This record gives sequence, C-alpha cells and structure tokens, in this order.
Amino acid sequence: MIEKELVVIGGGPAGLSAAKTALEAGMKVVIIERSFALGGQLLKQTHKFFGSESEYARTRGIDIAKILVSEIENSDVEIMLNATVVGLYKDNILTVYQDHKYMKIKAKAIIVATGASEKFLAFENNDLPGIYGAGAVQTLMNIHGVLPGKEVVMVGSGNIGLIVSYQLIQAGVKVKALVEAASRIGGYAVHASKLRRLGVPILTNTTVRKAFGNGKVEGVEIVKLDENWQEISGTEDQIACDSVCISVGLSPMHQLLSMAEAEMTYVNELGGLVPLKSCDYETSLPHVYACGDVTGIEEASSAMVEGKIAGLMAAKHAGFVHPNYEKLEAELNEQLCILRQGPCGEKIRCGLKKVGAVYD
Amino acid sequence: MIDKNGVATIEMIKSKFPKKEVLTRPKAIIECYQEIPCNPCSTACPFDAIHIGNDINQIPVLDVDKCTGCSSCITACPGLAIMVVSIKDGKAYFKIPYELLPLPVRGEKWTALNRYGEKLNKLCTIENVNISKKSDRTAVVTVSIEQPFLYEFATIGERA
Repeated sequence: MIEKELVVIGGGPAGLSAAKTALEAGMKVVIIERSFALGGQLLKQTHKFFGSESEYARTRGIDIAKILVSEIENSDVEIMLNATVVGLYKDNILTVYQDHKYMKIKAKAIIVATGASEKFLAFENNDLPGIYGAGAVQTLMNIHGVLPGKEVVMVGSGNIGLIVSYQLIQAGVKVKALVEAASRIGGYAVHASKLRRLGVPILTNTTVRKAFGNGKVEGVEIVKLDENWQEISGTEDQIACDSVCISVGLSPMHQLLSMAEAEMTYVNELGGLVPLKSCDYETSLPHVYACGDVTGIEEASSAMVEGKIAGLMAAKHAGFVHPNYEKLEAELNEQLCILRQGPCGEKIRCGLKKVGAVYD
Repeated sequence: MIDKNGVATIEMIKSKFPKKEVLTRPKAIIECYQEIPCNPCSTACPFDAIHIGNDINQIPVLDVDKCTGCSSCITACPGLAIMVVSIKDGKAYFKIPYELLPLPVRGEKWTALNRYGEKLNKLCTIENVNISKKSDRTAVVTVSIEQPFLYEFATIGERA
C-alpha cells in the first residue's frame, strides 16, 4: 500500500486550485488525472473568461490552464496522468488504474474534484453517427483539430451550447440553428447575441423530435413546444445537417463519493446527486473533501475558488495551516459570494442551501 | 427580445448610445444588458470611465465625458459586447472585436450585418485592422458605413 498525505482526484480547475493552496500550506500533494494532460475542461475553452481579475477574467480558458499548472509545477507535487481512480473506500483508501496496473493508495486526506459529465437527450435515432455531446465536439475540435462535420444543429442554449456554437463558427462550420426547449435562452445574452449577429437562428420553445439519415445523421425534425412543454402538432419542420451537438446540461460525477457511501442528496438546481458538505467542504466521510462541479454544476470561475478553499481546509484539518489562512479564507469566501450574488447565481444559491452549505 | 433570440430592441440599443453630437469623438458603446458576474471592461479602462463597482454582477455604466474611445475595453470584454463608435462627414465609424478568419484587410469592402445577422443594403469599408499582444488574438477592426446605419450595424459578414 502506497501512503500519501493529500490526494486530489481530478486535475481540472477545481483540483489544480485545491492542490495550490494545500501545497502552499506545506502538504505533499498527489494529483490523479484521468487524461493525458492537466487542465480538465479548461483545455477546450478557447474563449475569454468572465468573472473578475482574481478568477483570471478576460484570459482564455486554455491559458488559465497553463497558469494553474505553472503555479504548482515547482512545488512538492506529484502528478499522475493517464491514471483513473476506480475505487474510493471509507477508510481513505483509493484504487488507481494506470499503465495496465492497479495500485492501492491510502491518503491522510482526499479532495474529490472529479467534475461533471454531460446529460444526453432521448429522441428517435439519437444513436446515429454524427450526433455528439458538446464536450466531444470541443475535444475533437479544440484538442485534436478535427472538425465534427460541416453543418451542425446545436441542441441547448446554456453557456456551453452558445460557446461551442461560436467555436464551431470560428472553425468554419455552419451552425444551422440553435434549438432550445425552454422559452428563454439559458446562457448569457452576450453569447447569444454573438451568434445571432452571425446569422444563427435561435429557436426557443423548440425541441428535436427525431434525427434521420441513412447510416449517419442527415437531418433533424424539430417541433414547437407549448408552455406545458407539449409538442404543438403542425409545427414540425426539418433541418438538414451532418452533425447534431447535444448540450442539455451536466451532472456531477458523484460515483466515487457514492461508492464510499458519503451521504448524498439529489438537488435539481445543482444538476443531480451531490454530497452533503460542511462549510469546510468536508463530506460526511472524515478527511474527504469535495469541490467544483462534483458538488454542483457551476462556472469554472467558481470551481477555482471552491478548489482553493477545499485545499486550505483539507490542509488545516491535517495540521498544515496556510501562512495566510485567515486572510485567504475571508477573501475566497467573499469572491464566491460575489460570483453568485447576481440573478445568474440564484439557482446555485438555492441549491447550495439544500446540501447544508452555509449560504446567506 | 434578447432573452428569446439574442437581439436587443431598438430602445435598448439607443439607451447605450450617447447623443449624436457627442459622437464627433469616439465613444464606447457597451451592449451589456444582463446582470452577469463580470468586470474586465471596468478594470481594463485606463481612464476610469466604466463603472461597475464591488458587485461585479452590476451592469457597466459609461462615463461618456471620461471615455476617450481608446478601445482598451473592446478586447477586454469576454462577451464581445463593446464597440467604439464615432461619426464624421456623414459616416459612422465602428471599431469592433473580430475573432474569425480570414481577417479583413484595410481598404476592402465587406458586407455589413445587423444584429439578426442580416445583410444591410450598403457595404462597409475596412478602415483598419489591429491585432496586438494585449488584445490576445481578438482583432479590432475599424469599419465605416453611411451614418443612417448607426443603430443597425453590428458586425462584418464577408468580403464583397
């Protein structure tokens, strides 16, 4: 059995930020990342970020990943890439799969920063080749330089759907339409305006009824929805396309916490099953902390701040008090408060109250 | 409506423009209509002309007198929602953020698009294209078009 001080599961914005503050507090940290590079979803984000300077606003996501990695690379951190945590147990033991080998690690503290996975949409023929999740499109396009198709229909108008549509246009792909079942655009208006002025029709109260095509997607049938989300017959229409991109929300990657039998609860506003947590970001399992999208779907800016707090707390409870602990704790909580206090933060504020997080 | 199709109403657009007499000097037009947690326009302004305050969810307010039209905010805005506008000799000059390829070249005629992405019935002239380290891969394109399109022009489409 390998023994470690702090294991951070996931090298995305939350995990990297957690590692940073824990390292500064003097802990030895291992980051276990499933992918071949650190950065998580930031590696696919070619757009400039919102927020304030402390969350790297106006810096492109891909460059934020570089900054977060540079902040930890000369410290006492061990980075395991292409390594998947496949088991988490109650006694702080985790099993890791890397290079065709399993290993067991016992950690004094664990920070779960596994992020989220994409939701999918049920419709006829949704398994036709050419129908992708938005994350897959971003991975293909922004990491591997491969276009998903030439003419795309985007389903879902949250920030991811809006941003990926814009990235598709930047890559030279025609976005035939953006379809949204709700009566309003889900993401930021500025992102929607950016698409509309480039000629992308934004169809609210509309859903995809089915995809069609011979061996691959050749088009979708859309239909209008009434205020009770019922299809309005006679409003069917068809859009020809060679790709469909599904962006209908994210769910927290709760599986490891569920496996270790952390107390979980289903909170719609947070995207699904999430761990109960104390205001120190500790789950019901002693010395197991959680931060970022695994505790509720939000923007990467909040994930970074949450990560920093989780790192501070995990270190403190293990006897490593950050030299600027009090100042940092106050500043970070203030930052989170500001990020969440506007109308766009209403859903997350409401959700967090349900998991026991102190939120005024 | 902007929450249904991404297009602001003409009243909303006009509320972001100063009086035409003021536009003899270039001024920032900040088309930010929604309270979102974001403040780079304010921190990027070297003249303290864009105010948001401690609650970064507030909508930015422009101090027209302090704004010099320097364009720092154009490429700082992550929403690409700011342009700098001026009027001279019957023409409106727009500095817009642009992140598509190919980049236009000075002197070219391009189609002009409104906020729906529809072509306006006049072409615009590319006056300048600027891309600097500070702008971080967002180009600032200066275009001119007949003044009556002041409230309609939104971006450029394709080379004519």
